[in-house]
Amino acid sequence: MESVAQVSQFDLNYRLKKLLGRIGLFFAVFVVVSPAIFVFLWMLSLSLKNEIDNIAYPPVFIPSPPTFDNYFKIFRESNYVLYAYNSVIVSGAATLIALVVGVPAGYGIAKGKAQGLGMLIMIARITPGLSYLIPLFTLFRFLGISGSLLAVTISHLVLTIPMVVWVMISFFEDMHPELEEAALTDGCNVWQAFYRVAMPIARPGIAVAAILAFIQSWNNFLFGVVLAGRETRTLPIAVFNAMTFEQLSWGPVAAAALVVTLPSLLLTIFVQRDIVTGLAAGGVKG
Amino acid sequence: MIPAIAVIFAVIIFPWVFTVWMSLNDWRIGMSSEFIGLGNFQMLATNNRFLSTIPRTLYFTFLSVLLPVVLGVFAAEVFHQKFPLRGLLRGIYIAPMMATPVAIALVFTMMFHPQIGVLNYLLSLVGIPKQLWVYSADTVIPTLAFVEVWQWTPLVMLIVLGGLASLPTEPYESAVIDGASQWDMFRYITFPLILPFLMIAVILRTIDALKSFDIIYVISQGGPGTASETINLYLYLQAFSFFQIGHASAVVIVFFVLILALAMILLVARERLRWNR
Repeated sequence: MESVAQVSQFDLNYRLKKLLGRIGLFFAVFVVVSPAIFVFLWMLSLSLKNEIDNIAYPPVFIPSPPTFDNYFKIFRESNYVLYAYNSVIVSGAATLIALVVGVPAGYGIAKGKAQGLGMLIMIARITPGLSYLIPLFTLFRFLGISGSLLAVTISHLVLTIPMVVWVMISFFEDMHPELEEAALTDGCNVWQAFYRVAMPIARPGIAVAAILAFIQSWNNFLFGVVLAGRETRTLPIAVFNAMTFEQLSWGPVAAAALVVTLPSLLLTIFVQRDIVTGLAAGGVKG
Repeated sequence: MIPAIAVIFAVIIFPWVFTVWMSLNDWRIGMSSEFIGLGNFQMLATNNRFLSTIPRTLYFTFLSVLLPVVLGVFAAEVFHQKFPLRGLLRGIYIAPMMATPVAIALVFTMMFHPQIGVLNYLLSLVGIPKQLWVYSADTVIPTLAFVEVWQWTPLVMLIVLGGLASLPTEPYESAVIDGASQWDMFRYITFPLILPFLMIAVILRTIDALKSFDIIYVISQGGPGTASETINLYLYLQAFSFFQIGHASAVVIVFFVLILALAMILLVARERLRWNR
C-alpha cells in the first residue's frame, strides 16, 4: 500500500512539473514574439485611426471606429500608384536578371570549387552599399541615364546578384553529382548537364533565391534615394518623403509604411520555411 | 557560365578600381579632378568630425551585436521546443528582418516621440519616467541600436536554431541520468556545441551593424548635432550632400579596411575556438 502512495505522489509531482514547464514555455514564447507583433499591430492601429486619435495622449490603442481614410488619401492625393508600379518593375527586373546571371554562376562556382571567386563574393558581402553607389552615380551621369528606371534597376543588381549566387552555391553544393555525371557520360556538354539536369532539380532553391532577392530589392532605400528622379521613385523613397516634405501626419505615413512592407511581410509569413533555408545560406542584408 | 561570372566581376571589380582611383584624386562633382596621391587620407587623419565617427560606430556596433546574440540564443532555445502554431509564430518572429527598413524606422520614429509616443506611455505604466530617445545626444545611439536589435535578433535566432537542430542527443541523455540541471546542460553541453554557429552570427551581425544606414538616416539623420553620425552616415553626406567624391572614396577605403579587420579578428577567434575543442 505504501509503495502505491509513493508512486502516485511521484506521479503528481511529475505532472505538476510538466504543467509548470508548459506554462513557462508559453510565457517564453509570448515574451519572444510580442515585440514583433506589437510593432506591426501598432503600425496597423496608427494607419486605421484619424489624426486626433493618433496624437492623443494617453494613446488610443484600438481605432473606434476604424477608418480607411489614410489609405484613400495616400493613393488619391499622392502618386503612390506610380511609385508602386516603379517598385514592381525595378524589383521584378533586378530579380529576373539576377536569376539569369546568378544561377549559372552559382552552379559554376559550386561545381568548379572556385574558392577564389567565393572569396570575391564574400568581399561583396562585407562591402558597404554606399561604396557601389559612388561609382554607379558617376557612371550614370557620364552615360546620361541618371534618374531613369534603368539606372535604378542596374544599381539593384548589386544587391540581387550576390543574393542569388550565395543561395545557389550552397544549394548546388548539397546536390548529389551522380545525375550530372551520368548526363556527361551520355554525351551532354557541361551547359546541357546544367540546363537539363541540375536546373530542374534546383527549382526549389531558385524559388527561394528569387524571393529573397526580390525582398532585398523591394526594401532597398539607399540606392533609390540617391539615384531615382521625381518620376522614378520606388515605394520606400516615396514613404520617406511623405515624412520629410509634408507636415508629419501619422495616419497617412503609417498607412504608406504598411503598404510598402506588406508584400515582404506576407511572403515571409507564408513561405517562412523556405525563407529559413535560404537565409541560412545567404545571410541577408546588402 | 563564363559570361555570368564576367558580369559579376564587372559588378564587383569595377566599383573597386574606380573607388581606389578616386580616393587618390581631389574631385568634386562639377569640378575638374586633380591627382593628389594620399592627400585625402592625410586629411582624414586630422579631420575631427570623421575621427569622432569611429568610436561612435563601434559603440553602436557593440550594442547591436551583443544584445541580439544574448536574446537570439534565448529565442532559439524557445523555438527549438515543440508548441502549437510554432511555424506561424516563427514566421511572425522573423518578419522584422524582412520588413522594409524605412517603414520600420518611420513607425519607431512615431513610437519614440517624447510627448505622445506610445513607448513613453508604456514605460509610464510601470513607473519609468519619460525618455527623450533620439532627441538627446546621450540616448540616441542606444535608441537606434534598440531598433537594430529588434530587427536583427531573428537572424541570430535562425543561425543558432540551425545549430541546435544539428546537435547530437547522446550527451543530453547521459546528463539526464547524471541528474544535471537545465542550466548545467546549457552551460556544459549546448553552449560549447553551438559556439561555432554563434560566431558566424557574431561575424555577420558585426559586418551588418557597421554598415547600418536606413534606420539611422530615417530616424535621427545623424543628429542631434552629429551625435549619431556613424561612418556610413558621414560617408553618405560627403558623397551625396557635398559631392566630395575623392574625399568620400577615401572614407570608403578606410571603412572597408576597418570592416575587414574586425571580420578577420572574429574569423581568427573562430578558428582558435575550433582548435581548443
